[in-house]
Amino acid sequence: MTMLSDTQTRSKESESDFGFWLYLMSDAILFGLIFATFVVMSPNLAGGPGGRDLFDLANLTLQTGLLLASSLTIALAHHTAANGRSIAATVFWMVLTALLGAGFLVLELRELAQFVSAGAGPQRSGYLSAFFTLVGTHGLHVAAGLIWIGTLIVQFMLRPASPAVLSRLARLTLFWHFLDIVWIGVFSLVYLPELI
Amino acid sequence: MLQAFGLMLALVLVVIAATLFFAWRYRATGKALHQPDWDRSLAVEIVTWGIPALIIAILGTMVWNKTHALDPYKPLPGAPPLVVQAIALDWKWLFIYPEQGIATVNEVALPVGRPVTFRLTSEVAMNSFMIPALGGQIYAMAGMETRLNLRADTPGRSEGRNMQFSGGGFAAQTFAALALPEQEFDDWVTKARSTGTALNAASFAKLSKPSVADPVRYYGTVPVDFFAKRIAAHGGMSHHSGNEAGH
Amino acid sequence: MDEPTILLGRLGMQALPFYSWVALCGALVTVGCGLGFLALVTWLGRWRDLWSGWLTSLDHKRIGIMYVILALIMLIRGFVDAIMMRLQQALSYSSEGYLPPEHFEQIFSSHGTIMIFFMAMPFVTGLMNFVVPLQIGARDVAFPAVNAISFWLTAAGAGLMLISLVIGKFSTAGWTGYPPYSEVRFTPGVGVDYWIWSIMISGVGTTLTGINFIVTILRKRAPGMTLMRMPMFVWTTLCASILIVFAFPALTVSTAMLALDRTLGLHFFTIDSGGNAMNYMNLFWIWGHPEVYILILPAFGIFSEVVATFSSKRLYGYTSLVYATAVIALLSFTVWLHHFFTMGASANVNAIFGIATMIIAVPTGVKVFDWMFTMYRGRIRFEPPMAFTVGFMCLFVIGGMTGVLLAIPPINYSTHNTTFLVAHFHNMVIPGALFGYVAGYMYWFPKAFGFRLDRTWGLRAFWFWAVGFTLAFMPLYVTGLLGMPRRMSSYANPAWHPWLILAFLGACLIFLGIVSLGMQLWVSIRDRARLTDATGDPWDGRTLEWSTSSPPPAWNFDTVPLVAERDTFHAAKQAAQPMPHQPADSFDMPKNSVSGILIGLGGFWVGFGAIWYIWWLAAAGLGLIAATMIGRSFAEHTEMRVTPGETGDVT
Repeated sequence: MTMLSDTQTRSKESESDFGFWLYLMSDAILFGLIFATFVVMSPNLAGGPGGRDLFDLANLTLQTGLLLASSLTIALAHHTAANGRSIAATVFWMVLTALLGAGFLVLELRELAQFVSAGAGPQRSGYLSAFFTLVGTHGLHVAAGLIWIGTLIVQFMLRPASPAVLSRLARLTLFWHFLDIVWIGVFSLVYLPELI
Repeated sequence: MLQAFGLMLALVLVVIAATLFFAWRYRATGKALHQPDWDRSLAVEIVTWGIPALIIAILGTMVWNKTHALDPYKPLPGAPPLVVQAIALDWKWLFIYPEQGIATVNEVALPVGRPVTFRLTSEVAMNSFMIPALGGQIYAMAGMETRLNLRADTPGRSEGRNMQFSGGGFAAQTFAALALPEQEFDDWVTKARSTGTALNAASFAKLSKPSVADPVRYYGTVPVDFFAKRIAAHGGMSHHSGNEAGH
Repeated sequence: MDEPTILLGRLGMQALPFYSWVALCGALVTVGCGLGFLALVTWLGRWRDLWSGWLTSLDHKRIGIMYVILALIMLIRGFVDAIMMRLQQALSYSSEGYLPPEHFEQIFSSHGTIMIFFMAMPFVTGLMNFVVPLQIGARDVAFPAVNAISFWLTAAGAGLMLISLVIGKFSTAGWTGYPPYSEVRFTPGVGVDYWIWSIMISGVGTTLTGINFIVTILRKRAPGMTLMRMPMFVWTTLCASILIVFAFPALTVSTAMLALDRTLGLHFFTIDSGGNAMNYMNLFWIWGHPEVYILILPAFGIFSEVVATFSSKRLYGYTSLVYATAVIALLSFTVWLHHFFTMGASANVNAIFGIATMIIAVPTGVKVFDWMFTMYRGRIRFEPPMAFTVGFMCLFVIGGMTGVLLAIPPINYSTHNTTFLVAHFHNMVIPGALFGYVAGYMYWFPKAFGFRLDRTWGLRAFWFWAVGFTLAFMPLYVTGLLGMPRRMSSYANPAWHPWLILAFLGACLIFLGIVSLGMQLWVSIRDRARLTDATGDPWDGRTLEWSTSSPPPAWNFDTVPLVAERDTFHAAKQAAQPMPHQPADSFDMPKNSVSGILIGLGGFWVGFGAIWYIWWLAAAGLGLIAATMIGRSFAEHTEMRVTPGETGDVT
């Protein structure tokens, strides 16, 4: 009877993984459409400032560095957990990921706030509407990811051996890498052309 | 295009007739042959894929040719076209004749036999410009120019209108389309020039206020580039430069 | 309007519908029906049953039935809008009619929105929910809790839609919400916001449904059911689900951008400051065209099931049908531009999209032929589902023909935006989609409740619908060719008037069709003893859902069926053998959960708050959603062990 239950659990987790991949696919299309809109809107400055006038390479480098580093740390968190190493190590890597992600968000929010106070808010032009929406949508995903990490940290401490929790961590890792890839898209499509 | 319709209609009638015939012929209370396991046949398959494919191949070729032949952007043969600029407002149409230096509201005159190029834009929501008696419709959008080439071959009066819902006055957003012989067209222009007032920022601001079923009105003078400036005023949709005029 | 306040946003007394007696009546009927339902449940003392049996249930069959009930309610609301429009146009020749233009505009906007998003979508989703797990021999969908969330988000959207009749006004921008008209400059009130948030919230639910059904179909089929042994309805559901996952992000993006424009003053689609309204039309129709196939493919699936069952014959050309479905699904992403041939694209672009559109007619034509050849040498029983199927085949091909005509750009320049277009798409969605759903409802009703629906009233409903549809929409083809634009609240052209009176009479016949559906339900419940089906297989069915009892147990099958061919159940009956199955065992079934209804409630708060600028309410809604999801992730023991045939449910 217990064996049957294990198979059932395993098939359930694999269904969840599959479902999550489908969600990511759907989300990738969502981002793709926002990217496409950004490209269409990018000449529409309406007399306002463009990326060249606004973007700050140092800030961008730091932001990107933090996010890439967090992708590494969450991979380590998952690796540690999957190999049954200590809970403490897993939790450590997860906390570090959360801190790096939060750092990324703080830098992003600071930059966007600077734009707004410089009169380059999203209401200024079609270009800035698209820019804020693209970066903001990514930022919202990161924020949601932080809530998810926080929840999982608690669950790891409560139920360290649960296969369900481990499988959630696997999906979170996937999600986090996905956000990283999207950010690389933002980096190379939105920022880079303006900074070169 | 009538052949296209005929071709399809024939097929549709055959399908309807066959469906009804089969439904009656193979009714449970009837005595027709029952073959419960018959579910494939290469011959039938070839026909069911083949006939629609063939019809669509014929229609597709026709679509390619006709779409190019009847492209609304393509200037019509004949004399060099008369240019008429049309601006959609809530809920009326302003027509500008740059060559003649006049403008009109809710009335457009076309010289019979001479091709006309309409250049369309909108000050408000998206409109769709159409004179059904003369041809099809094209959208008019703010900050953008679209085009439609038409020609009136016989004199007469018909109604043109906005086809795209744009708010409260939409139903009554029509205009008179006059197809006039050469001489009458010239008289019409003269009348507009002599009885009309000036189209300028002030009179345009007044005209732009939303109104329904406006009477015909003439403007005897129009600033050069008025149309182009109205497009530029709304961002002048241009995908080549990052620096457009603002407001 | 007054300045927004913190507590109530821009909501105030002026939001109540005292501006027009028609609106007031609508509001009173809406509120009256709601209160009446609550009173009825209280009077019958059934709150507990309602709560634990339905509202918190994760059983895909119960959720499916709730979807269909929602759809039928919204069908009535959407139809009231429809007949009001027909009456207005029958009366408004050279006069204002009985509705002021603004009211007429709200009605055509809500009619389209309701029929697409809150009638057709829930109806098809409900049938998918009820039928698919049964047809593949599964005990539930892959994610039962997510399924409940999907339903309650759809219900939240429908709730916003309904409440717009009572508090505030609805959009006047049509069901497509084209900017720049739908921007605040032209439509400053809450109407467009109601439209945006009701479809965005239900759209999220639909996306989750799509994911759920792809996983369910690809991972939870009974042993032996290879892809090419799946019933056609499962195939069409799979294709529709894939379309949902790929297409709905476009709806989310376009409506979210419009919301940002309206609420925060951004410039995606505005006239000034670098907005680009054309981008909206592209985004909207990248969703919108696949949506047509999301609605109609499952209906094709239903027709395939019905025609085979009632012809007592194997489905003709199964392989062809599968490929045709897949090809249609694929092509549906390549034709969106045909919704705006008149935007001034080059002849090359228009021609390519016109031809791509026509190519869809090939696999669709193949399907019609395949259904025809299923009837060929069959033994056809004219039960109501079969009547709707034959009616569909005859009427649908007419719509297909006019669709091909509209796909010819030079013809489209003249027929676009006219009632010809209106007649065409109603010709696709009424005989195409809706007849399919109604056929499915009557076909699977005995599976859900253990008794059949009355045949006579079913056939009456069919005749009223078929004749009513023809009378209501063939005249609109004519007025369209006479140049009548859609969405006219009044007109002065005498040539259109007689046709519009005919169309109104057609709508009256459709009304009798809806009355017949109601009578059928009433008579059947009254006479359920006479109509009882104890076998679980009232139609001599072919697929797995007919191999279990009616209604099925919560876990669908006591033992998991084993599939050896396409119509295994039928083959077993032919051989006079019991259905082959796995040995009996125990398994886990999900317990009830409040998470679905809580997330739906949160979604409703978010929408209502965003519409009225009551930001604390929107934030509370988001908080409720997040708290519910987190809470649910902490919940243990969300399932119970079931051993069929033992003491009962739980061990």
